[in-house]
Amino acid sequence: MALIMEQMPIVLRSLNVGFLQTLKLFIVTLIGALPLGLVISFGSMSKVSPLRWLTRFVIWVVRGTPLMIQLLIIYYFPGLVLKKPIWGGGEAGRFLAASVSFILNYACYFAEIYRGGIQSISKGQTEAGLVLGMTRGQIFFRVTLLQMIKRIVPPISNEIITLVKDTSLARIIALQEIIWAGQAFLKGSQGISGAIWPLFFTAVYYLLFSGLLTIILGGLERKLDYFK
Amino acid sequence: MAILEVNNLAKSFGNTKVLKDISFSLEKGNVLSVLGSSGSGKTTLLRCLNFLETADHGTIRVRDELLFDADDARTTREREIRRKRLHFGLVFQSFNLFPQYTALQNVMLPCQLLAKEEENYKVRKKQMFAEIAANAHDLLKTMGLAEREGYYPHQLSGGQQQRVAIARALAMKPDILCFDEPTSALDPELTGEVLRVIRDLKGGDRTMIIVTHEMAFARNISDRIIFMHDGYIEETGTPEQVFDHPRSERAKAFFSKSLEEI
Ligand SMILES: Nc1ncnc2c1ncn2[C@@H]1O[C@H](COP(=O)(O)OP(=O)(O)OP(=O)(O)O)[C@@H](O)[C@H]1O
Ligand SMILES: [Mg+2]
Repeated sequence: MALIMEQMPIVLRSLNVGFLQTLKLFIVTLIGALPLGLVISFGSMSKVSPLRWLTRFVIWVVRGTPLMIQLLIIYYFPGLVLKKPIWGGGEAGRFLAASVSFILNYACYFAEIYRGGIQSISKGQTEAGLVLGMTRGQIFFRVTLLQMIKRIVPPISNEIITLVKDTSLARIIALQEIIWAGQAFLKGSQGISGAIWPLFFTAVYYLLFSGLLTIILGGLERKLDYFK
Repeated sequence: MAILEVNNLAKSFGNTKVLKDISFSLEKGNVLSVLGSSGSGKTTLLRCLNFLETADHGTIRVRDELLFDADDARTTREREIRRKRLHFGLVFQSFNLFPQYTALQNVMLPCQLLAKEEENYKVRKKQMFAEIAANAHDLLKTMGLAEREGYYPHQLSGGQQQRVAIARALAMKPDILCFDEPTSALDPELTGEVLRVIRDLKGGDRTMIIVTHEMAFARNISDRIIFMHDGYIEETGTPEQVFDHPRSERAKAFFSKSLEEI
């Protein structure tokens, strides 16, 4: 116990650095995947059937394979084929590859949620708007948009919480996120070696962060509770 | 003078002909009820009048103005159709209130959006919105909903929701107000309150087309009845003619059956 207290400041400093990388991946993924998901969902509902089938095929592949495999393929495969790395070396290259993988993966999940939300709004809402002389734009922005948001907030929240934990998968390409930082003390780093507790301790970071997000997203959900 | 004149209206979905050569006219201030068995095309007729469907053939005239002619591309343009819709109002079977707005906001929103298109909107906005609000208050009061203005649709009973929907349609001051089975989604004990409200709307120069399965109501309120069968107008006339002395065998069978049900 005394030893742990002694190691604590060094470990926390390391874990903080790792968590920063986790946080960066989390934010970049959301910024990229939330809008890209909308584009993909439009593709999957397109009237142009080749585009629709292509989009649905991509969604099927991405949702049907593990994110870990996608990370490995996206990080290593271009290098094997082109005989030179496309992501650039070092941590920046790993972060870029991880971001691309996560954005693509999460965009496909978001796309299906958006599609469900859009298709769940009854045609009657649009028709009522039309009969009352509203334009299509007015109907979207004043009538259906908020109803869609209300429907998609709970499933999107679930995905966001899952994303917090999924960022740890980037460890597989040696991205220096928090798991990597914790594991370093097992092999030996900064005079500490053979210590497994830092790895266990990373759970506290995940727990606090997902707890904070749960509160924020729950608040948003409650804000939209005033109508059904 | 006929306020509405429909000629040779026809509509198919794929290979199914749903409306086949529908022609009728309606006098200003009259109430027309459209009766007929399920699938005879009543809803489709109302949807064509409100331009939710585009008829394949025929013409629609309101106040002698040619609103729609299936053979004249100039009258079927999407852009102009929005304005033409305002001649008609439509009350749906399933109410279709906007759930995120209160009863009052539901009634005001379409009027407010339309006001934006007026030329001097910026200058007169305050006054226009005050008028819209006053009008919406009045309408909800007539519907017996003065106490419920601030309620959201999910806080209202089906009958109350349908009365808000009627107020919302009236707020647009349509020439012709259409109802598509306005009480079919309601519990029997709520049907009466909505039918009473519709009955009280009759009079003056309010023109209405009502699709309903409420035979007694149709008989009492209507100036004219259309009985549809399989996309045709099988029989038309005053309530007495159609209910008491139907000429076609189908109408006879339909009305004797609907009497049995009661
Ligand atoms: N969008 C559509 N696509 C294909 N067929 C349709 C469509 N809308 C209606 N129909 C068909 O057209 C016919 C007439 O339908 P409509 O809804 O006008 O009948 P209705 O007289 O209103 O019947 P009900 O009393 O059951 O409401 C039905 O056979 C229906 O299946
Ligand atoms: Mg119908």
